[in-house]
Amino acid sequence: MSAISSKEGGGFPNPGLPPHVHRQADISKAAEKRAELIVASMFLLSVVGTVLFIAAYFLVTPTGINLFAEEKSPSALWWSNLTIGLGLAIAVFFIGAAAVHWAKTLMPDEEMVEERHDIRSSDETREAAVGIINDGLEESGIARRPVIVTAMVAALAALPIAVLAPLSTLGPLPGNKLHHTFWGHNPGQRLARDHDGTPIKLSDVAMNSIFHIMPEGLTSETEHHIEERAKAAAVIVRFDPKLAKNEDSMAMGVEGVLAFSKICTHVGCPVALYEQQTHHMLCPCHQSTFDVTDGAKVIFGPAHRPLPQLPIQVDDEGYLVAPGDFIEPIGPSFWNIHKNKDV
Amino acid sequence: MCDHVSTTTPSTRKQTSVDANNSRVYKLGAVGGDWLDKRVAGGGLIKFMARKIFPDHWSFMFGEVALYSFVILLISGTFLTMFFDPSMSEVVYNGPYEALQGATMSRAYESTLEISFEVTGGLLFRQMHHWSALVFMVAIFVHMFRVFFTGAFRKPRELNWLVGFTLMVLGMVAGFSGYSLPDDVLSGNGLRVVEGLMKSMPVVGTYLVMLMFGGEFPGTDIIPRLFTVHILLVPAMILGLIAIHLVLLVLHKHTQYPGPGRTERNVVGFPVFPVYAAKAGGFFFLVFGIITMISATTSINGVWNYGPYDPSPVSAGSQPDWYMLWTDGGLRLIPGWESTIFGYVLSWNMLIPMGIYGLLLAALALYPFLEAWVTGDDREHHLNDLPYNTPVRTGLGVAWIMTYLILALAATNDLIAIALDLSINDLTWALRIGFFVVPVLSFYITKRLCLSIQRQKRDLALHGEETSRIVRTDTGNMIEIHAPLSEYDRWVLVQHDDYRPLKAGKGVSALRAKATSFFFKDRIDPVTPAELREALEHHGHEKHVIDELTGGDYRTPSEKSSH
Amino acid sequence: MKALAARRHHPMALLVILLLALVATGGLYAALQPQTAQAEAYTEDDVDAGEALFLANCATCHGRNAEGLLDADGGTIGPSLIGVGAASVDFQVGTGRMPMQSAGAQAARKPPQMNEEQTRQLAAYVASLGPGPAVPDEEWLDTSKGDATKGGEIFRINCAMCHNAAGAGGALTRGKYAPPVVGLESKHVYEAMETGPQNMPVFNDTNLSPSDKRDVIRYLETLDETGSPAVSPWARSVR
Repeated sequence: MSAISSKEGGGFPNPGLPPHVHRQADISKAAEKRAELIVASMFLLSVVGTVLFIAAYFLVTPTGINLFAEEKSPSALWWSNLTIGLGLAIAVFFIGAAAVHWAKTLMPDEEMVEERHDIRSSDETREAAVGIINDGLEESGIARRPVIVTAMVAALAALPIAVLAPLSTLGPLPGNKLHHTFWGHNPGQRLARDHDGTPIKLSDVAMNSIFHIMPEGLTSETEHHIEERAKAAAVIVRFDPKLAKNEDSMAMGVEGVLAFSKICTHVGCPVALYEQQTHHMLCPCHQSTFDVTDGAKVIFGPAHRPLPQLPIQVDDEGYLVAPGDFIEPIGPSFWNIHKNKDV
Repeated sequence: MCDHVSTTTPSTRKQTSVDANNSRVYKLGAVGGDWLDKRVAGGGLIKFMARKIFPDHWSFMFGEVALYSFVILLISGTFLTMFFDPSMSEVVYNGPYEALQGATMSRAYESTLEISFEVTGGLLFRQMHHWSALVFMVAIFVHMFRVFFTGAFRKPRELNWLVGFTLMVLGMVAGFSGYSLPDDVLSGNGLRVVEGLMKSMPVVGTYLVMLMFGGEFPGTDIIPRLFTVHILLVPAMILGLIAIHLVLLVLHKHTQYPGPGRTERNVVGFPVFPVYAAKAGGFFFLVFGIITMISATTSINGVWNYGPYDPSPVSAGSQPDWYMLWTDGGLRLIPGWESTIFGYVLSWNMLIPMGIYGLLLAALALYPFLEAWVTGDDREHHLNDLPYNTPVRTGLGVAWIMTYLILALAATNDLIAIALDLSINDLTWALRIGFFVVPVLSFYITKRLCLSIQRQKRDLALHGEETSRIVRTDTGNMIEIHAPLSEYDRWVLVQHDDYRPLKAGKGVSALRAKATSFFFKDRIDPVTPAELREALEHHGHEKHVIDELTGGDYRTPSEKSSH
Repeated sequence: MKALAARRHHPMALLVILLLALVATGGLYAALQPQTAQAEAYTEDDVDAGEALFLANCATCHGRNAEGLLDADGGTIGPSLIGVGAASVDFQVGTGRMPMQSAGAQAARKPPQMNEEQTRQLAAYVASLGPGPAVPDEEWLDTSKGDATKGGEIFRINCAMCHNAAGAGGALTRGKYAPPVVGLESKHVYEAMETGPQNMPVFNDTNLSPSDKRDVIRYLETLDETGSPAVSPWARSVR
């Protein structure tokens, strides 16, 4: 049953197409000539654009000849982009403008009517179609040969499973990879500045400063160094121990110097927007905010777990070292993150 | 102004004069046509297609823009593949950009820099590719909502709606896989977010991530794999679906807006040849020209500023391209919910946003079927609805768009906070509340607005236009002179269908009765012929009075004196 | 020193000269040490003039002896300036952030209210209160010696997360923000890294060495010069 209500009094009759309104170019020779001239000149303008495009391609280049700027200067690139682009823009735009103007002013603008037909095929066609299908099925004997059909279904059902084999070779199994980082694999690493790889002494870390760090042994020579960097990235911060709210966390640091993973526990952006007065760390991607005086606990935003802390110590020479791995797996949570996997 | 109205059917079009020049064109056409027809039966195709009628309306343009920007994507993309190298092997940059000389980077990033700085026209084509991708998605969305608000998805076009919907989703996949290719810091962090989301899926997450990246993030496989997805798989699928989209368009013939002479059984407009060949063909060049112009003057995505991808850095103000913003917004609004059951983790802070995205998309894809179920309308529809005549559908559409916009705004909360000097925390809270409140509010406001417009149109149909000329009768009554509508103008206001809520029972389930009540409870009665007759009669009386008072001259005293 | 030696014919003179020379050498050595780089020597007059300026413009919030002031609830009105050093003053006053216009999430950059001479005098006064980072030496501001590529790497790892990869700035929590960092005076950029104004963490010389800082400044210059190379020159000048 449909919710359409029938029209009272049968509704209104459709009045049919309204009378046609002529354009200027239809009734005035002068207007027609003018339109013709405009169309033709726009086509010609396009030719100018093409010439400009080709000329600019060779005379206004980013690294070679450039009529408007010193060779290889930043403005050479700008001029090249502009002139080539304008040439092409003029070349194509005016073909379009000319064609549209032609259609609008000079081609017929009297509306034409085409009848629609039901989308549905006629009854005869349908009958014929059904007949063809039935005949075909009959000829194939599909109804009479259940053994073949069963075997065919089995074959077609089995084949897609084959896809899983090549798919499974796209990558290795996760194993314990997500549970451990370079710090854990190589205990006792010195903490090194991320930008130049030099190790950091406890005395180097000024109050209210932040150091972006990597394990000293993780260099561009290390196997899979980018993947390792993606997990090992960390920061150290130093604040007045009087501000500490979390004793366990302070115990994993040295004199108010604490190290945390820099990978957000929400979806994995590097966090590290450190506010030295509030001691909050903010993630620029989704604004999770962590309080480093409280074991990097989440105080705002979509993250749930605190940033995993990296316990640190000072070695004989005064350098900061990490005796082991982060206290839990870094980065976004996953299904079995809390299931211990040994190294 | 300069237009002249002719009252008879016009046939003043000049006889085509076949002069010497033109005849040569015709001769060439005849020879070529003969050759082609004998080989590919071109004649039949021309007979079928060339005089097909398409209706004309500015709102039918958006689908065209989408199609044309896709063509520009193919052209500019082909140029880029000649120079781009989707390789993760490490190289040392030695090119002209000073601030990266000597830096280690992937070959993919280096070749992107080469395209930008060294290949003549390279930057232009990169810009055209990126800009046309942005325009492609804008056009798809606007086109999709044009179809939605005018009910052009109704029978027989439901399948084509699904094809279009799939194209929209593929457009997002194409965009994401494309802007991840340069392997810069911004796109790398985008990929990392995808990795995080995937990893959060219960049981299978970590396995999927390993398969997708060929090991741990980022690995060296992802860029070459995305390249194949971006230049082969997705474009091929888009191309195929566009073909289906257009074949169905021809099969169904285009919908048209209601108007005098337009019915469910005809299509009124202009022929493919020559009018649309020129108009639509020309329009392609216009879109091409405008995108090129923007690319020549406004450069975006300066990957050289982001630097080569390294997992350690990130940039403030990291946003995806606009069409992916909404997928990031939910991740910013969701509170930090996560639960652990038997030691296994369920990351609601990722699963809920992803679930919401799925629901939003599903609602959009399935709406035609939902509405058909509610109305029980089994007729073919080729006349578009005017959005105000379907208040609930229009309200639902606006609510969907508002949900989408809130999510997109949420993804730019850091930029908004800076621009408007707001606290990002307050803004996040406002958007969290807005996510629930704004769609509901906008639904009701839109619905009420539509009903008001219907009421106003009803008055207009019955009483004609107010002329702002008022006549005072001897008794001191004031009568405003109304100019009645022509029957052509009135037709648009009285032609639409009317729906009413159904009562449960007689094959109507309670659920469906509720649904019809939600859709059609608030309605404005359409004008009936009887009502119109009565109104016209009333106007006849009034006109009689006015004519007596004014002597049939409706000009104001000041107008009279100025003549 | 000759004049000094000529006037005083005392046997101790030689020793004094020797001591002076040692102190001078030590001072010179200290001056070359990045940690205590002292670009200019302040005179007693500078300090006095600075104190007068301080009392007139700053003491309301920072206290008459620059010891800092707390409100009734124990919140900071103005922090102590003892030991913040000349660099801090030169940055805060030179960029117009101080004197602060009104309380807010953070002090905004505005046209400086003190001229260069006054800024110098204030810096002299605050420097006299306790040892702290000095105004950077010209050596470290000479960006022709800087390495833009290295600076870019340092910038991306240490700065871009707050200040944006293109140096356009970004949002922090609760209305605070990291300001744009391109097109600024090198000295101020250096001082900001050195002293960590407001919520910016400190990047002292043991974290980013003076030459690292110079590389960063060189990189920011490159960003300013080439910016987005395809952005039109007029759009660049607007920014």
